[in-house]
Amino acid sequence: MYRQQILDHYKNPRNYGELDDPSFTHVGENPMCGDALRVDIKLADDDETIEGVSFKGDGCAISQAAASMFSGELRGKTLEDLDAMDRDDVIDLLGVDISPVRVKCAVLAEKIAQDGASIYRGEKEEMEKTTTEE
Amino acid sequence: MFTLEALFSVMSTQRTEALDVERLREDFPILDREVGGDIETPGASPEDDTPLVYLDNGATSQTPERVIDAISTYYREYNSNVHRGVHHLSQEASIAYEAAHERLADFIGANGAEEIVFTKNTTEAMNLIAYSWGLEELGPGDEVVLTEMEHHASLVTWQQIAKKTGADVRYIAIDDEGRLDMDHARELIGEDTEMVSVVHISNVLGTINPIAELADLAHAYDSYVFADGAQAVPNRPVDVGELGADFYAFSGHKMCGPTGIGVLYGREELFEAIDPFLFGGEMIRKVDFEDATWNELPWKFEAGTPPIAEGIALAEATDYIDEIGMEAIQRHETDLADYAMTELEEFDDIEIYGPPRGEDRSGVVSFNLEGVHAHDLASIMNDDAVAIRAGDHCTQPLHEKLGTAASARASFYLYNTKEEVDTLVEAIDSARQLFA
Repeated sequence: MYRQQILDHYKNPRNYGELDDPSFTHVGENPMCGDALRVDIKLADDDETIEGVSFKGDGCAISQAAASMFSGELRGKTLEDLDAMDRDDVIDLLGVDISPVRVKCAVLAEKIAQDGASIYRGEKEEMEKTTTEE
Repeated sequence: MFTLEALFSVMSTQRTEALDVERLREDFPILDREVGGDIETPGASPEDDTPLVYLDNGATSQTPERVIDAISTYYREYNSNVHRGVHHLSQEASIAYEAAHERLADFIGANGAEEIVFTKNTTEAMNLIAYSWGLEELGPGDEVVLTEMEHHASLVTWQQIAKKTGADVRYIAIDDEGRLDMDHARELIGEDTEMVSVVHISNVLGTINPIAELADLAHAYDSYVFADGAQAVPNRPVDVGELGADFYAFSGHKMCGPTGIGVLYGREELFEAIDPFLFGGEMIRKVDFEDATWNELPWKFEAGTPPIAEGIALAEATDYIDEIGMEAIQRHETDLADYAMTELEEFDDIEIYGPPRGEDRSGVVSFNLEGVHAHDLASIMNDDAVAIRAGDHCTQPLHEKLGTAASARASFYLYNTKEEVDTLVEAIDSARQLFA
């Protein structure tokens, strides 16, 4: 399950930190692992194209590596693209089989970004945080 | 001439005769399994390639052939509903099912079947008392005293019952090495205490709590004691009379028995006084359109068709471990835990939780490897077919107290070997290398 690529992203996370002027920010956690993430997204002037992404947090290698890879993948995509992504997209990015109980770790960043976008567009009510418990 | 030392040495060897683990392992077909193949279809697959090292016995133990046979024989030869039937099969099933209660009573030193209720598991046993006794007896100002090392089975249950009744929940603190702070216990247990609900042995720390001492404290204030014995009954002699607990619960699947069955012990006069938890068939004596009266103990607490095959198989499992010897099992498990802790203590980057090695503690060893999340550790060890548990082990508040979201836990049983501990340590080392 732990290819070199995953370990590399875990040890040297890309897009790590906070954006100066994000369009929206959302947080989330996976209570089972204690994984916690904050995702910042900056949109271009069209209010649709993702221009900048960063994440911050801690947790298991799967959650952190997935966040690192996912944040790189998002840049240049639209909110519509983000909305259309599902768990398989993240698992494809990781490039390994993820055991069923660890899927929650893998999709944490994706779910946070999707919830954050929905709240930003007024499609979802404000929520304190996203959880991947269910 | 025998010297006194020689005599003692002979006696102590007899008392703690080592288990013939290689022979015992032959009783457990699953221990021959290799893993690593397809997980979608349960059971062995042709792609399995690595021999299983099963170190998750605190979660569930494996099942010996004769217990599997007991289940199989029941379904092949006398599957039938109990209590009601006049026909032959029902009589066979009823006699075996009732005898299973007697067997479990005898095993933990209860007075008889009337003090033994079969439930689904320890959690249901806890809920049975919390709902039937707690909802009725607790009110504002009353206190239920738990511990900081409580399993969610008791912690969440009493929390919710307290919310419904207005009672308060208090927690006996633990010290830095995971023992109960008995001074704090003496402070907390008092006039307002109605129930002291404590885990007999911590499923994370391995701490063995002084139930008899807590029972004395509680009884001085006419409070009851419920001890959760899920981690104790499988691996050491337990006598409810000596412990002084009013209620005691444990699960079949952690003691070589099947899933789907737990045991609730309660003192007969308390069981007599408490209303049933679940209503329905089997638990009644007389019913009319207005009301009903309850069946005799323990059937009053076993509504509907009970876990018949499971109960009979649990009695078989009890025979199995009892014949091996509970003291010998305890010694074997403690020795393995001691050996594992000795090996793990060699590394500065491993933190072990709970009382130190050498103290009386059970065969669970919970730990963290610095820089590697417990779930990552368990996943990497799974690549080597080493089965351990990682997470909060149903003790989130305890983990908060320990300052970590999750820990890894190896837990041993009668069929585990030192070689398996060595494999564990090697697998931890591969995780260390991978993350270095």
